Amino acid sequence: MSTTSETNRKAPAGERVADWADGRLGIYSLAKANMRKIFPDHWSFMLGEIALYSFIIIILTGVYLTLFFHPSMNEVVYEGTYVPMQGIRMSEAYASTLDISFDVRGGLLIRQIHHWAALIFIAAMLVHMMRVFFTGAFRKPREINWLFGFLLLVLGMFTGFTGYSLPDDLLSGTGVRFMEGAILSMPIVGTYMSFFLFGGEFPGGDFVSRFYSIHVLLLPGIMMGLLVAHLILVFYHKHTQFAGPGRTNNNVVGMPLLPVYMAKAGGFFFLVFGIISIISAVASINPIWALGPYRPDQVSTGAQPDWYMGFSEGLIRAMPGWEINFAGHTLALGVFIPLMIFPMILAVIAVYPFVESWITGDKREHHILDRPRNVPTRTGFGVAWLTWYVILLIAGGNDLVAIFFHMSINSITWFARIAFFVGPVLAFIITKRICLGLQRRDRDKILHGRESGIIKRLPHGEFVEIHEPLSQEELYTLTAHEQYKPAEIGPTVDENGVRRKVKLKDKLRAKLSKGYYGPDTYIPKPSVEEFKEITGGHGHH
Amino acid sequence: MSSQENPRENVPAEQDAAHGAVKVADDPFADPGLPAHKPRIQDIDERAAKRSERAVAFLFTLSMLATIAFIASYVIFPVDKIVFIWPIGNVSALNFALGTSLGVALFCIGAGAVHWARTLMSDVEVADDRHAIAAPPEVRAKVMADFAAGAEESAMGRRKLIRTTMFGALALVPLSGVMLLRDLGPLPEKKLRTTLWAKGKQLINMNTNEPLRPEDVVVGSLTFAMPEGLEEDSHDFQKQIAKAALMIVRIQPDDIKDKRELEWSHEGIVAYSKICTHVGCPISLYEQQTHHVLCPCHQSTFDLADGARVIFGPAGHALPQLRIGVNAEGNLEALGDFDEPVGPSFWERG
Repeated sequence: MSTTSETNRKAPAGERVADWADGRLGIYSLAKANMRKIFPDHWSFMLGEIALYSFIIIILTGVYLTLFFHPSMNEVVYEGTYVPMQGIRMSEAYASTLDISFDVRGGLLIRQIHHWAALIFIAAMLVHMMRVFFTGAFRKPREINWLFGFLLLVLGMFTGFTGYSLPDDLLSGTGVRFMEGAILSMPIVGTYMSFFLFGGEFPGGDFVSRFYSIHVLLLPGIMMGLLVAHLILVFYHKHTQFAGPGRTNNNVVGMPLLPVYMAKAGGFFFLVFGIISIISAVASINPIWALGPYRPDQVSTGAQPDWYMGFSEGLIRAMPGWEINFAGHTLALGVFIPLMIFPMILAVIAVYPFVESWITGDKREHHILDRPRNVPTRTGFGVAWLTWYVILLIAGGNDLVAIFFHMSINSITWFARIAFFVGPVLAFIITKRICLGLQRRDRDKILHGRESGIIKRLPHGEFVEIHEPLSQEELYTLTAHEQYKPAEIGPTVDENGVRRKVKLKDKLRAKLSKGYYGPDTYIPKPSVEEFKEITGGHGHH
Repeated sequence: MSSQENPRENVPAEQDAAHGAVKVADDPFADPGLPAHKPRIQDIDERAAKRSERAVAFLFTLSMLATIAFIASYVIFPVDKIVFIWPIGNVSALNFALGTSLGVALFCIGAGAVHWARTLMSDVEVADDRHAIAAPPEVRAKVMADFAAGAEESAMGRRKLIRTTMFGALALVPLSGVMLLRDLGPLPEKKLRTTLWAKGKQLINMNTNEPLRPEDVVVGSLTFAMPEGLEEDSHDFQKQIAKAALMIVRIQPDDIKDKRELEWSHEGIVAYSKICTHVGCPISLYEQQTHHVLCPCHQSTFDLADGARVIFGPAGHALPQLRIGVNAEGNLEALGDFDEPVGPSFWERG
């Protein structure tokens, strides 16, 4: 038989390598489940990919930078090729950053790719997180993956901060000084923490090398682990999808990993890398040579952190300078309160999935995404959070806003102080109204069809616009979402007339549930009867 | 167009029985199932497919050329060559050439792969089943039984002494790691309370490196000073200047509202710590008319004519003033250290 002769003949080289690996790693079982794994398609699903790819780009360029960067605060007199800095005393860290920028061919490009990719990385993570939030993709079974993603965002922010502090230039040193001031404000332990972090008084000679190992080893190591876990869970849970014909909670509809997603996702890595390279070719970022080395007695105006730290800057700028002195101690509330609100703002969004699942009491798995308009309370909450964030960004850039718009810095600061409390509430109310309006439009579309743009003149002279009925696919897509009923506490008096004790927790939950799913939080979907009654009249022409 | 009219091999008909079973006539909102695949032009017309193939190959070729351009740029352009490129302005020729060629080389690989996937690879949508994440009850029961057996065999529950001491040992052992962090830095002691300033130390102008004389300080000017003896190349210069940096202005004595400020000044020359009491930025913006100084980092504003009290912004207390006088040579000198810690507030400040 030909099979025996074929087995006697050598299999192709690739197959032999695969067999070898399978005998040791069991790759065939892995490939069976994953090689043709189905991924649904939607533009918003690639936001996370941008984050992933920019992370890889950061690692690649970061390794290159470590070959030339000297993480040392030893003072040297600069004698490199950049004339304006020649003869100036600076740390080795700053001098080697100048060398990377001016003497290493391609060093400036890699430095700029590294920094641009970092900004894009965190922006992509935030936008990806908002996609997950507004579509409810964080619901069971994905709550833990939401937390992994959240931790990646927070760690990414701190990796970014420790990274841009390394060149020891005037701007980054100012940022580190701000951090030192914030640490000092902590009651009881602040002074000690500061001395331990900086190896004594600020700035000392240690922080660059310490930040360096945190920046290149500790934080990226943890992030790498979280990232792998994040991706494993994405594979394991299978991707969520939007409602549509043939797409249910029990299936996933799309195209297979091999070849389509391999090509699309792999290609997308190169697109992201290519675009970041071109940005780095044409747009300079963090030109540390323009600022000079760090000196604690010098500063430049318009000092700004990288954008993702801007909201913490806003907190510290908007806060009034409260300070309490008692029993020989000082409590610098003006700094300490912002320092405490900073993690709270992040925590609010991190715990949201657990709060929502507690309020709804929904224990089912959810793989069909919500359209934001169909969940007005959640959408309103998310927009309120973003509003908060943006107000703080504005407060963090109050000096730039003042210069750009010719406004008084005092009034911008006061605006931020008031808007910090009022803005999110207004945003919540407005967003909810917009969501309900969009739901009304959907209802109208289902019942009366789509506006066709065709005007018809009736025999008696009246003009009417012809509405085209929706297709079955569109009708299904628009009505696929569920409309919850609020959770009830149940009767507080039992059949014998005895008052039942209702726990405060349950009362709170019922109240919140009503706020979430009560009568004024949704526009009822048209029922089949309504639909038939209305379309029945139009049906006969 | 329902799936009944267009049977498709990739979609199992019973894929979603619950919805599929409902007749469209009964429920206008029923799931009609996956729509039929619409063929692309490349699926029907081989010439279009050939065009796509050529487009992909063109992109990959362009990428190869761009990599060659990258290598050529690396060799050709000197590292310090500056060129004008409209509209971005004067840029490093090497950085621009390397970045754009690398960008094109990478982008074209990506564009080629995506174009290939979109036009030539199958775009037939396939449905995959999902399975519940939670294990079925029998698996759960098996795991629970296994765990109970394992726990029983370990005798953790019965031999409490072992359990308690083990937890104790595991809880204590990380303390060694914490202990090792102690030498990260010295204890604060009184280090934040003192600066280099002391009685008799002359004020050195940071621009000229010469002792300041009262006649050097004119109304409306802002002068920065450091204590005599501190040199830019001293090993602890950064640490000392972070506390000792001084700003000096001259205000008409009649305009000084604070009584102590007037006493501590010399003929209207006042010396204040340059380090902001908020989080320690150096204050450097001075408004001559109002004698307000503004910290450029967080916009705390201090009134130098009124004891440097905070008039706006997040700082919590006034800037510390240094008491100054004139020595025998007619130079400005400190009459002591600051009487309170400079810079940001801390718990022990009091």
